[in-house]
Parts: sequence; structure tokens; C-alpha cells
Amino acid sequence: MFDKLFEEYKHLPKKLLDEVREESELNRLKSDEVKKVLKRIEKEYNSAQITSGEAIGIITAESFGEPGTQMILRSFHFAGVSELTLTSGLARLIELFDARKIPSTPTSTIYLTSDYNKDPNKAKQVAVSIKQTTMDEITEEFVCNLTQQRVEVILDKKKMRDLKITENYLEKTLSEKLKKVKVKQSGDKIIIKPDGKEIALSDVYQVKEKIKELSIKGIKGVNQVLPIKQANGEFVIFCDGEDLGSISEIKGVDIKRSICNNPFVIAELFGIEAARNLIMDESTNVIKSQGLDIDVRHIMFLSDVMTNTGKIRGITRSGITSEKDSVLARASFETPIKHIINASLIGEQDNLTSVIENVILNQAVPLGTGLPNLVAKMKDGAFKSKKK
Amino acid sequence: MVEKYVYKKVESIIFGLLSPKLIKKMSVCKVVTPELYDKEGYPVDGGLMDVRMGVIDPGLRCPTDGKKLKDCPGYFGYIEFARPVVHVKYVKIIQDILKVTCNECNRILLTPEKIEEVTKKYTKKELFKFVGNVKKCPHCETKQGAVKIEKPTTLVESDKRISPIEIESRFKKIPDDDLRVFGINPETARPEWMILTIFPIPPVNVRPSITLESGERSEDDLTHKLGDIVRINQRLFENINAGAPEIIIEDLWDLLQYHLTTYFDNAISQVPPARHRSGQPLKTLTERIKSKEGRFRHNLAGKRVNYAARTVISPDPKIKFNEVGIPKTIAMDLTIPEKVNEWNIKWLKEFIENGPAVYPGANYVIIEGKKRKITDDTKEQLLEELKEGCIVERHLIDGDISVFNRQPSLHRMSIMCHKVRVLPGKSFRLNPAVCTPYNADFDGDEMNLHIPQTEESRAEAEILMEVETQIISPKNGLNIIGSIHDAITGNYLLTKEESLTKEEAISLLYSVGVKDFSKLKTKNVSGKDVFSSLLPNDFDFVGETKNKKKVLIKRGKLIEGFIDKSTIGEDNGTLIRALYARYGDKCGIRILNEIFNLGVEFLFKRGFTTSISDTDLSEDIKEKMKEKINYTEKRIEELIEEYNNNKLEQLPGLTLKQTLESMILKLLNKLRDKVGEMVLEGTNKSPTILMALSGAQGNFLNLAQMSAMVGQQALGEFRIKNGYKDRTLTIFKKGSLDPESKGFIKEGYKKGLTPSNYFFHSMTGRDSLMDTALRTPKSGYLYRRLSNALQDIRIEYDKTVRDANGTIIQFKYGDDGLDISKSESGVINVKRIVKEIKENV
Repeated sequence: MFDKLFEEYKHLPKKLLDEVREESELNRLKSDEVKKVLKRIEKEYNSAQITSGEAIGIITAESFGEPGTQMILRSFHFAGVSELTLTSGLARLIELFDARKIPSTPTSTIYLTSDYNKDPNKAKQVAVSIKQTTMDEITEEFVCNLTQQRVEVILDKKKMRDLKITENYLEKTLSEKLKKVKVKQSGDKIIIKPDGKEIALSDVYQVKEKIKELSIKGIKGVNQVLPIKQANGEFVIFCDGEDLGSISEIKGVDIKRSICNNPFVIAELFGIEAARNLIMDESTNVIKSQGLDIDVRHIMFLSDVMTNTGKIRGITRSGITSEKDSVLARASFETPIKHIINASLIGEQDNLTSVIENVILNQAVPLGTGLPNLVAKMKDGAFKSKKK
Repeated sequence: MVEKYVYKKVESIIFGLLSPKLIKKMSVCKVVTPELYDKEGYPVDGGLMDVRMGVIDPGLRCPTDGKKLKDCPGYFGYIEFARPVVHVKYVKIIQDILKVTCNECNRILLTPEKIEEVTKKYTKKELFKFVGNVKKCPHCETKQGAVKIEKPTTLVESDKRISPIEIESRFKKIPDDDLRVFGINPETARPEWMILTIFPIPPVNVRPSITLESGERSEDDLTHKLGDIVRINQRLFENINAGAPEIIIEDLWDLLQYHLTTYFDNAISQVPPARHRSGQPLKTLTERIKSKEGRFRHNLAGKRVNYAARTVISPDPKIKFNEVGIPKTIAMDLTIPEKVNEWNIKWLKEFIENGPAVYPGANYVIIEGKKRKITDDTKEQLLEELKEGCIVERHLIDGDISVFNRQPSLHRMSIMCHKVRVLPGKSFRLNPAVCTPYNADFDGDEMNLHIPQTEESRAEAEILMEVETQIISPKNGLNIIGSIHDAITGNYLLTKEESLTKEEAISLLYSVGVKDFSKLKTKNVSGKDVFSSLLPNDFDFVGETKNKKKVLIKRGKLIEGFIDKSTIGEDNGTLIRALYARYGDKCGIRILNEIFNLGVEFLFKRGFTTSISDTDLSEDIKEKMKEKINYTEKRIEELIEEYNNNKLEQLPGLTLKQTLESMILKLLNKLRDKVGEMVLEGTNKSPTILMALSGAQGNFLNLAQMSAMVGQQALGEFRIKNGYKDRTLTIFKKGSLDPESKGFIKEGYKKGLTPSNYFFHSMTGRDSLMDTALRTPKSGYLYRRLSNALQDIRIEYDKTVRDANGTIIQFKYGDDGLDISKSESGVINVKRIVKEIKENV
């Protein structure tokens, strides 16, 4: 409606302009009123701009550090099933910022393609195929037949039918996955015999224990699946495990929307920007669930710091701090000796561009009021007298 | 007079190894004897405490620079080793270099063509590994043996020990260019310098000796260790010169190596630590540097200051938010240096006349660069000598700038600038409203006060750190300072339905400091009008109360609604933020202060008290409550019955038992909420309720817990679990699932808890205690890591966000460049602007 007016204010953020447009349409503003609104917005926007030299890093650190003292250390919350817990609270936040390769409770949210996500049965079908099935679940009894030196597996036919596992499939996967054994089918039994001329009794027992744990179907690490109907009528599967790569191969899974809670997996699958968003979302969740309020900009900033090199770096001595230019900055954090020794070999030069080195040397810190290093131009006379 | 300003004295620091040549060059003496002092107690020449290396005795002068104790920086000495030894910290690198160079021709184990190819392929670390595996020298075709480290400092090649002498001679032959391949800079770190032949002795100032009460001298740990080194070295020299058998020499050599190893690091796992005679391990170089108490974190990153004070804090609601009450005794110790000029000379002379013992006095005068104490004897003379350009260190007076701080300093509001207010008493006084940013209370907390000593620092403190500039938190853009406690209750009661006579209103307003009574028009005025008297005449505001009722202020007049926590409180004080946005810092804090005082004064005049009878309940409410409890208990019994008969319907994702538990928990929580509502209904407006209603302190749940029901004690979202077989405590029946045996407390705190109730209650209490105790160090470490990683990131002049290396992190901070503490909770409030524009037209 007021396109021409808005054109003038193109330099303002789009989100802000969209909001103005929406509000002015809602309140039926006349064009001169919109003009006034835009003028005011521009004024307020400009006056709220951040100042150059602001030590934004330390402000963000404080914004996380101070509420950190109020967080509950380890609170678990349940995603529907009591077995499917999520680490929440300070522990999860630390885990995220450390950039641990494996989260303590890996979980995934799996979205389904449009032909699967409306029907509860179809959703369940996908869920079953994701869930890991171990031999233990479809077996009635494992028998160690010591006289014939073999393991006899008595199968639970009903369970197998439920999970749609056939004997042939079982025989095939077993012989693929187990090494140095012979797998044979006989009736409702499967007979497994260790290979080799001399078979010790303990070998038979070991094979038996191995089979018990063996995964024959589904994705590794997925022990709990939970199809849940969302508000828009769509079925979504919550599960533990984080192997989105393998999950994507299952029919009916819409991998484009599915996520897990491990930034590294996301980074590999969808790229670093996606990982950044995941770090943002996950930390926002923790903060919200604790009833705390930290501005998005801080969360955004921290995720950017962790990902701006294209790799996920944790806020640890081996992460961000290790990549600092200054020897003294690294040494004053942790393991000082190591850094000094290595610096001496390379003949490293510390240009004192960051904060801590200048604190160490009792000099002005290059932040805020310590940043400007221009001195007012003096009259010629004054300058000369200084030189003398 | 133009003062000389130095922006930076040190531009950069280059790290490297000391070459023997350099050590000799920077030394002032050679140490040849382990003796420290002669019979007279004077340092021996050529000993470890040689005066040329600096003086630590008051009165002595350093022969090197002629300076006294405090001015002498100390100088290095050196010793020459009879046989070279290895530096422990470099053993790993020595091994690496031995591995990658030929044992015969000492060239790198790569042909020049290969070097180029390989350096592109590998990182420096991988390079060592790759080249270390080369078996044959490409230059002279000699076979290469495997180099291993044996124990701490011995290097072995193909089961044959390589002596430091041999390592040194090999290293000397490695060409510079070969070293550069591995990132070793031969100008700062030739590898042979890792083998020590000449050894620097640190200055005496680094290892001062302490004189004990008995007059005995106790030497520093480092001096002890150096003594060992010098002694063994001398013995080694003597033995070599006397032509002693090789075994003895070898032994002494190893001993020298041991002493040197422990000199650098006394905590290496395979080396027995060197000890005092008392058996306590010596603190040598590595221990001096590392960890929290080490040089870096304790002395370099953290500094001590003068002009500071620390004492207990106590509240004083009568002083302003941006003031701090300072005891007279402290005001007389802390001083401000004031430069004498033609306008203030008369004024400053009064201070000198008062001297250090009378309050607004002065302690020192600096005349021509000489600091002179003011005493009764010197007073006259100093007054006479005082002229422009002198500096008078005068006592603190009201209005001086101070910096106030409470640890832990978790955010920038933990250090704020306050104006000095000298008060009687012995504690710091602060307005209770600024407790929140400091996270302070008055149960014995202590706080620190600093007095900036230069004009620049005072200006900076006043402009950037004063309380009024810190009202809005950069964490979330909400106001961290607001009215609290009585100030909220007072304003709530005043604006809700209070009516005063004009005289009362004027008296009240006057005590707050308002002198404009034009808004009180009638003989009887409402509390709303009194409140409106604080507001500027052109102030418009639309807001909400705690219970989402509309608050309307038009043209500086409160028309609709009342004032409570969500308009003037902390965090959500919408009215406060609006005042700030409209009128700025100075005016904002003034009005906030007046609002605060109005509340307190009004409550003071009205009278307000809480008592135990606030928790009393009427009989019929008690009856109703009992009914409700009985009903719920019956429902639970039924549920348990159903569960026992396997008739309970299972909830998805839960086992039968879990279903039962979750249903019981739901019922019990519902019961407590219901009881809470009943308590609210059943009590008349007691002061306790008023406090909860206004949001000043407490909530209805607290009241309900006191008067009616404490409720379910939950441990991690579950009811109390069985600690004995099939039951929680032995006083219950086995298999009991009823509320009481699982930690439900159906009586209030006032009536008291049964022993089992008490037990369960302390279980949850202990749990939360544990959580706090474990959380504090964890979150502290997280904070330390965060601030260390992010401290050098700033907004550049081009508004990009960059770190100290210049790497861009964001092109525009937060994508829109908004400062959170300048915006309204992180956004530009379009709705408000639209509303304001519309209403103005």
C-alpha cells in the first residue's frame, strides 16, 4: 500500500519494516501517519545502534555466566516416554558449548514425507523400521549346546511376525554380521557354530553373548521410538540415537526437516549454517526451560563464534582459545607452560592486540574507551614544546 | 604545561630461547660458589646472593645501577656447566629433531624436491611424524636408528645412550633452512640452545630471602635449588680436573641433570620431587607459573590496587540510588588528589588547615613532586609553600566519585559508580533497590569501594558506570533496578483505593522531595493524584498490572488502574522503562527514586505489619478444605484399587506403574492448587496477601504452604522412592502407595509436620542443597571459559564484529546492530510507536 514510503527506508532491517507494514494496516493508518511512524522508527533505530568499541564478547559471556549460576544443574525432562530422557539444564548447556562429539542423550526428531505423515499406521510402520531390534528381543531361548559345540537360537515366531522379520532374512544378516561362524537354519531354530578346528568351550559361550547383543534390524542407537501427533495433525517420530545419515535411507523419512541434537552430525549432513542454527535452538531451549531470559543476540553471537571458521569449535582450551593469535592470551587461560615452550620454538611474536596481554603489561586495553588512539591535533607551538 | 601521554609502551613481545652468548651478555656476574653470606652476613661475591644481581636488604645499594631496594629491577648472573645438560621441557622436541635429522650428516631426512611436496601435504605436527619414519638418509644413505626417550631426560638411539654433548654437536650442524621446514625459527631458537651449557641465574629480587623473627634468614625455594646446582657443578669441575674415573663423573653429571630437571619442574611423574628438610616439596619454576595461584592468573591477570576500602554493608532507603554511604573513618583514609589552581587554592587550604585528624581535611600535599605528610608541625610550612600546580590529597566529601563492587562480579552491574555520601557509623550504606544488580543482602555481606585517582578515570566512571546508566541490563533489555518490597506495597496501596486529605498528601509528597503540588486540586485527593504528582506533565503511558488489568497514564495523570510490580518493579517495570526511554538517565533515576520514596513514606505513615495471624483460616474454609482433601484421597484410593486389580488404563509410552504414579501426582498437584485458591478466598486482605497481590514479596503458594498444605515432596519429578523393601519408611505398610507414605504433606507449616513428613521434607531440602553446591563451581568454570574465549571480541568502527585477529564474526551485530541495553527488551517497539502516533493526532 505504502510501497513508495517504505522504499525510502530500505536501509532499515526488513523484519522491522514488515512489522510496521503489518501494524499500520491493522490500525488503518493514513499515509502521513505511516510517514511519521517510519520517521520515529528510524530515529529510535538509529539511537539504539550499538557503539563502536563495545566489548560485545564480554557482555555475551556475562549474559550467559550470570544466569548460569541460577540454573538447575541436571534436570531431565521426558519426551513422552520415561526411557527417552533429555539432558537439560546447565549440564546440557556446558555440553553444547564444549562442542562434545557425542551428546549424553542423543535424540532425533524425524519428520515424515507427506504420504506417510497423516496416517498413524504408516507412521508407526516407519517408527518400527527405525527402531533397533536385537536378537535378544526375537528369541525365546539361547541354548549352548556344548556337546555339539554350537549355539541354538530358539526364535519367538510371534515377535518376528510383528516386526516382519523372516527366517531367511535373519540367516542372511547373521552370517553377514558374524565372522568366523557358520549359520544354519533348521525348523524354528537357528544354529550357529564357531568356525575352526579346535573349538574351546568358552568360544561357544562368547558367541552366544555376542549374538544376544547383535542388532539385526533398524538403526544403531535407536532404542525408543515414539510417533506423536502434532497440532497440525502431522505425525512426527521422536527417538533416541543420532544417526540421521542412516535414518535418511529409510522410506518415508523426510530428511530435509528431520533433526537430531548433535551439531556435528547436522554439520556433516546439512552444513555449518544448519549446525549453527541447531546450537542456537538447543541453547534457547535450555534457557527457556529454566525460565530464564537471555536475548537472542547473545545466543546468536555465541553460535557464530563457535562456527565462523566452518568447523564447530568448543569454548575450551582446545577450541576457540587455542586459536588465538596471542601467546599470552592462551597462556593465561590454561596450560601456560606448554604455550610458552611452543612459542619460543617458533619465535612467536605477540602483537598485544587483545585484552589480557595488555592487562598483564599494565597498558590500555583495546576496547571501549581504550580503543581510540588518535590524539587531538595541537597547535604548532604546543607540539614543539612537547618535543623539547 | 603539556603532560606526556604514552599510549603504549610495549608494542610487541617476541618469544624465543636464550643462546649461551646472550645469557653471558645479559649477565652481570658469574656465580662460582654455592655460599650465600660471609661471617658478617654480607653477600659473598660470586655467590648466589651477589649484590650485583640486585639488592634485597634495605639500605644497601646495587653496584650495577646504584639504585636502592625498591628501584633496582635486579640483574641476571650465570654459571658455566662443566658438562652440558638437557632442558626437561624441551626433551620431546629434542627427540623429534633427532628423529627427523640424519645421525651422520645432520641434514633433514628429505630431498629438497620432497620437502616442497610434503610441506604442502602435512601440518607441522604430521610432518614430524612423517619424516621421523624415514629409515635411510637421502643425502648420505646412512641407516637411521630409532630415537627414544628413556625416563625423564635420557635419549636413546638404537639402545645406545646419546649424551647431551653429542646432541649438542649434532644440533650445531643442522642447517637453518632445514629447521625452517618444521616451523622452528633458527634466529630465536637454534636447537643446540635447548642443551644448557651456560645457565642463567635469576635476579635476587625474584627469590628474596625472608628474615625470620629470630634473625635467622630463610632462603627462597629457588635459591635452595640453585645452591644444589652450583654445588654439584663445582664438584663436577673438580672431579674432571682431578681426572676422576668416568663412573664418578657420570654419576655427578646425572645428579646435575636431576637438579636441573627439578629446578624447572618439581612435579614430573618419574622424578622424585626435591624436598625441604621438613619433607615438603620445593616450589620451583613451573609451580610458580601455573595454576590459579601461579604468576599468570594470580599476579599478571589480577592486580592489587590502592585507594580501596572494604566493609560490611547495611541498608539505607533514605539515600539515593546512586549514592553510597561511607563511614567517616574511611572517608578520612581514602583521599582524592586535587590539583591546586587559582580558583580552588583558598578552598583547599581549609582542608590542609584541618589536617588528617579533623574530618574534611587532607593527609598529604605533593609539592614539586615530593609527597609530604601533613602534621601539626608541618602544617604551617606547607600552607605557606602551597602554590598552583601542587597536589593536595584531601579527604572524601559528599559528591565525590567512587566505584562500588560486590563479588562475585558476574556482570557489569556488579561494579557501578556511586556518589559519596559521608555518614556516621562503620558500614557502607546502600539503597536497597540496588541490591538486585549486586545480588547483595544484608546478612553480613561485605563490599569493596574504590576511589578513582585521575580526572579521566573519574569522568569515565561517571559517564559509563553510574547507577542510572546501568538500569537496563544488557542481558535481556529489561530494567534490573526497580522498586522492591515496601516501595511496591506502598505504591500499590496508595494508588489502589486510597484517599487522603490535601494536607496529608502535601506532607507526604514533601517528604519525598516533590514541591509541585499543582495536581492536587480538590480538598480530598485520591492516591492516584498523589502518584501522578511525580510524573512529568507530558507523559503518556499504557501498560498492564500484574493481573493484566489496564494501566493508563495520560498527560502525566494516572487515570486508570493501579501501580504494582509489573509497572515499577524489577525486570518488568514497564513504567520505569518508558520513563527512561522518554526522559533519559538523569530524569529517569530521579523519578524512580521519588516513586521508591513515595511508596516507603506512604507505608511508613499508613503503618504496615505482618503477623502469624495472617495465616489463620476461617472454620468453614477449613471444613471445605477437608472435604476436598477427603475427595482426592478417595480418588487416589480408587486408582490404587484399580491398579491392584489390573483395571487401570495404561497411558501411551508408560508402564502401568508409571501411569498410576503420574495420575496420582497430577491429582495431588491439583489438590494443592485448589487449596491455594481456597486460602486466597478464605482470608481477608491481610498484609501478607497484600504483599503477594502487589508482587512485593511472596506468592499465594507460600501462604498456602504456611496456612494449609505443604504439598507433595518431589525428588526429580517423582514421588519419594522406596528406601526399604517395598516401602519408604518402616512405619508404613509394605507396598503402600498412599500419598502420605510417598511424601505428601497435607498439613501446613504452621500446624507442623509429622516425623515422616519432616523426613521427606528434608530429603527434598538436601537435594536442592546438593544441586547448589555442585552447580556453583561448574557454572563458574563455564563463565571463566566463556569470558576467556570472548573477551577480545568487539564492535569495530565499521560496525562489524571481529576478534583480536581481525576475523569477522558477524557483519552487523545481531543482524540489526541494535544494542540490547538501549532497546526495549531487544526490539524496537513498533506497536507502541504506532499507538503513540495515532493518539497524538
